[in-house]
Amino acid sequence: MKFLCIECDELMIFEQRQLPGDGTLAAAFRCPTCQRVVAMLTNPMETQLVSSLGIKIGGRDVPEQPLELVRSEVVGGREDAFVDTEAPLPVEARVSGAGAVVWSLAAVERLEGVPRFVRGMVKRIYADYAKENGISEITPEIMDRARSDLGLEGM
Amino acid sequence: MMLKHRTYADVKGGDSSGMVDQVNAQQARVAERLAGVRACVAVMSGKGGVGKSLTTAAIASACAARGLAIGLLDADLVGPSAARMSGVNPTGLTVDESGVDPATSPAGVRVMSMDLLLDDDAPLAWREPESESFVWRGAQERSALREFLADVRWGELDLLLIDLPPGTQRLIDLAELLPRLDGLVVITIPSAASETAVSRSMSLAAEKGIRVLGVLENMSGYACADCGKVRPLFPGAAGQRLADRHDTALLGRIPFDPDAAGHADMGALDQMMDHTVAGAAIDQIVDRLLEAIA
Repeated sequence: MKFLCIECDELMIFEQRQLPGDGTLAAAFRCPTCQRVVAMLTNPMETQLVSSLGIKIGGRDVPEQPLELVRSEVVGGREDAFVDTEAPLPVEARVSGAGAVVWSLAAVERLEGVPRFVRGMVKRIYADYAKENGISEITPEIMDRARSDLGLEGM
Repeated sequence: MMLKHRTYADVKGGDSSGMVDQVNAQQARVAERLAGVRACVAVMSGKGGVGKSLTTAAIASACAARGLAIGLLDADLVGPSAARMSGVNPTGLTVDESGVDPATSPAGVRVMSMDLLLDDDAPLAWREPESESFVWRGAQERSALREFLADVRWGELDLLLIDLPPGTQRLIDLAELLPRLDGLVVITIPSAASETAVSRSMSLAAEKGIRVLGVLENMSGYACADCGKVRPLFPGAAGQRLADRHDTALLGRIPFDPDAAGHADMGALDQMMDHTVAGAAIDQIVDRLLEAIA
C-alpha cells in the first residue's frame, strides 16, 4: 500500500498510527516535500481484516510475540493456558541495574486486570515498547500511548 | 481536472508499512522453526465424521512407541480434540519471547491444539466485529495455524503429523505456509458418499502437487467384542477404489471398534493400541506409512 501526494508527485511517508475508538485504525502519512498529512481510516471490519493477517500498517515497532494473534484475538481462552517466563536480563544489565524497565504501582494494578490468557504477552509488549522509546517507567499513560501507537486493539 | 494515475510499481520507493517484508518474515519464521523436522505429513478426509482425529492421534502414538520423535499439530481450530485424545491435560504451556513449549502426551508425542488454549465448553470465537466475520475469519484461522507452526518449539522431530479439519481450505493454507509438505494421508469410510467427497479432496491435492502417501479406510466393518470377528458395517469399498482411481496405496482398513473409542475418550491411546482390534490394524498401517514416507 502506497500513498502518493499527487501535487508533489511524491511517495508519502508513514507518520503515526492511532486507535481513536470504535474499532477505527487511523494511519497518518506525510508528504516529504509539501508536508501535507493525510489519514487513512479503516472501519472495524477492515481493522480486523488487517489484524487477521498478522501484519501492522506502518510496520512493526516491537518484535512479534509468540502466538500473538491467538492470544490477543481469541475470546474464551483458558486462564491457565500459559505460564509466562520472564526473559532474563543480560549479565551486564543485572550488574549495573541498567536495562530494566520499572512499572509504576498503577500500571501494575492495571496489568493485573488483563486476562491471564494474554497478560504475560501484553507485559512483554509494553516493556519492549518502553525500551524501544527510551522510557524507564511504565505508567498507565505510557500503556495508553503504546496501545495506540502499536495498534493494540483490545489490550 | 483529470488525474493521471500511475501504477504501484511506477511509484518508486517501498511501501512504508513493509507489508511484503512482514509476510516474508512470517514465512521465514515457519521455515526456521521447522528446520529440525524431517517430515511434515498432513492427514485429511475432505469429509467429517470419518474418525480422522482419533486415527491421527493413534498413528502419532504408535510412531512414538517405535522410538520416533513425533509432533502432532491439531489444525482443526474449530473442533479441536487431539490433545484430549492423546491424553494431554490442558495445563500451562511454558512461553517466553522465543516461543511456546508444546504439551507432551503420555506416549511422548509433542502436541499443540486449540483445545489446550480454550476454556472447557468455549467455542473458538474471535474478537468483534462479529457482524462481518465472514470477511476476516478465514484469514484469522490461517494466521492462527501459522502461529502454531512458527511459534511452537517443535524441536527435532522425525515426523510432524498435522490433523486437518473436514473440507479442503485448510490443506491449501497449509501447503502455502509450509516450506514443504512431504505427504498427505487420506482417510475415508467405505461408503460411496464418502468416496465422492474424499475423491474431490484428493484431486485438489493432485492439482497442488501434494503427494498422497496412501488411503486409510476407517470404520471398515465392525469389530465384535463378543466373538472377536469383524462383521460388515457400511456397504462399499471406498478405500480401495480411491487408491486405484488416484494411483496410490491402500494403507489399510480399520474396523469400527467400540473398545477403541472408549480408550480414546479417556486419552488412553496406549491401551487402545495394545488391546483392541482397531489398535492392531493401526499398528500395521503405521509400518506401511513410515515406509511410504521414507
